[in-house]
This record gives sequence, structure tokens and C-alpha cells, in this order.
Amino acid sequence: MTDPGVQPEAAGTPAATRKSVTRRDLFFAFLGVGLSGFGGVLPWARRMLVEQKGWLSEKEFTEALSLGQIIPGPNIVNLSIMVGARFQGAAGALLAFSGLMLAPLVIVLVLGALHEQYGQIDWVRRAIGGVAAVAAGLVIGTGFKMAMAQRRALWPVAIAVAAFVGAGVLRFPLIAVLLVLAPVGIAIAWKFRA
Amino acid sequence: MKSGDVIPQLIWQFLALSLIAIGGANAVLPEMHRQVVDVSHWMNGAEFATLFAIAQAAPGPNVLIVSLVGWKVAGVPGALAATAAMCGPSSVLAFYVGRLSQRFREAPLRRVIQDGLAPITIGIVLASGYLLARGADETWAAAALTALTVLVVCNTRFNPLWLLAGGALLGVAGVVPF
Repeated sequence: MTDPGVQPEAAGTPAATRKSVTRRDLFFAFLGVGLSGFGGVLPWARRMLVEQKGWLSEKEFTEALSLGQIIPGPNIVNLSIMVGARFQGAAGALLAFSGLMLAPLVIVLVLGALHEQYGQIDWVRRAIGGVAAVAAGLVIGTGFKMAMAQRRALWPVAIAVAAFVGAGVLRFPLIAVLLVLAPVGIAIAWKFRA
Repeated sequence: MKSGDVIPQLIWQFLALSLIAIGGANAVLPEMHRQVVDVSHWMNGAEFATLFAIAQAAPGPNVLIVSLVGWKVAGVPGALAATAAMCGPSSVLAFYVGRLSQRFREAPLRRVIQDGLAPITIGIVLASGYLLARGADETWAAAALTALTVLVVCNTRFNPLWLLAGGALLGVAGVVPF
């Protein structure tokens, strides 16, 4: 099946070259992601990296997130480390990570202090409720967009559904879902390799 | 308990959690709760739950719960120490795994591994969105807002900040009761 959005030949080449992304770019781009990440950073990270800056192709983004997922630590933190390292080595990794964490860290500590001082205010609680409904939609929409960029075949859909049911519906621990599905997914991918 | 000597303890506890936190800080939440509340007696369960709610409300990765625990125990230095300890070992691992993956980017086995993992990642992203929606959408209005957001995200490049601002306003107005 042909999909005009994905070019298989281009899938292996980086969307942006090493030289074109500076350390300053990395810091400020991830600062923006951290600042706007109310209700989850993932949609913002994908929007910045794939749609706005074009530093990663859709496929590269899913690959980097997959790696970030299977190794320990927050997947978005791991993603920032890998993207930073890819363009600017260890310094880039540190700057991307610092950019990502700086604003949220300040904000969460201010929120913690405010909470200790004033307790919970009703209208703030209601606003957070509205934000939460939108934030859920952002994450679901991001998942669909990532899925659209994948090759069209039946087995990835089956694996994705199994992961969804395991982690979302049956609420198995993530590590259990990964331990069961990763070998299965890799084995099937091996069988159907190009 | 705001003295300097708890900081090494904080660092040690979160260093140990860092490398088992597959799936992020939320994956080790039960273990963190056990250590912070039951073993170290740094706070009670209700205080821990409140910190978790604050971390969820703030922008940023879910690792912020660790920052808040550090802050509660030892102020701003505690927050920085706990965050660095939690992110340090896993980030070093991410650095080398990322480099390894780049080096073997054309290797067939790397492609097979990535192809096998990609659908799992997508399924997990959708599952976390679903769980967020289950928690957030207690009314039809809220569910409709979530569905509208999905449509906008999938079909446009509209800045989601406007959607979030709209959601906040609808929440304050009482249209989307929590």
C-alpha cells in the first residue's frame, strides 16, 4: 500500500543534520516544551521535534520514544537526552535535559509552596479539571498521529492493540507489558523484515 | 526534618529507584511511597498523595513528584538533589543507548528491534491518553471536549495551548465539572 506521507528510502536518513542544530537551539526548544507541557509533555515534544523544527522525522520520533520507553527513567527525559546527544553530544544532552526540566521544576515548587500556604482554591481545581479533559485528548491525538506514520500492516496494529489493552484496560504494570510484548513484537518484525 | 544530612539519604534512595523506573517515575510510585512514607517516615500518605496531585497539575514530566518529595524533605537543595539522583543514572544509560542506536542505524537487527517496539510504544501512548481521559471525563461535556481535542490535534496544526486555555475557561465556568 502506498502512503504519500512516508518515504521508505528517507526513513533511515536524519531529518536534520548534526551541524544545523546548535546547543542554544536545543536548550531553548526544550525549554519551550517544558513550559507548555501542562497535562503531559509528550504532545509538545512531538509537535516541536517533528512539526515545528523538523529535527526528527515522524518515524525517528517514534523510534527515539520507543528506546526511551524500554530503558529506565521518564521517557521524555530519555528522549531529550538522546536528541541532545545526537546533535551536540554530551553537552547537547545536558542542555536539552536542563531546558526541559527548568521551567517545570520552578513551577512545581511554586505550586507546592502556594499549596502549603493557601490550600486548594475551588476555581483553580475546576480549571485543572477542564485542562485535564483537553490534555487527555492531546495525548490520544498524538498517539493516533504517531500511528498514521507507521507502515500499514496488520501485525503492528495487533501489537499496538495488545499494548493498549494491557496497559490501559487491564492496567498491568508497564514493565510487564514490555517484557511480554517486546520479544513478541521483535520476533514478528524479524519474520516480516524487508 | 529540614537538615542537610537527609540529602545524602534522598540521593541514595532515588539513585536506587532510577534504574528500575522502566516507564518513568509513575512506574515506581508504589515503591517510592513505601520508602518515603513507611520506611523513612518523611511524610504521611495524605501528604504524599497531595504532592502527587500537585506534580500532575504542573507542566512537565511525571518525574516532578520526585522533585516535590525532595523539596518537602529538604527544601530547594533537596528538590535539586532528588531530581538529579532520579534522572542521573537513567540519563547516562539513555545517552549510551542513543549513541549505540545511531551507530547501528543501518543495521538490520536495529531496524527489526525498532519496528517491533514502535507499535508497543504507540499502544502505550494511547493507553495513557485513555487513562487520563477516564480520570478527567466524568461528564459528557468533558468527554466531548476530549474528543474535540483529538479531532483538532489529528487534523490541524493548531497550537494546543489555545485548547488548554479554552479547557481551563470551560472548567472555571462550570461547563466541565471535575
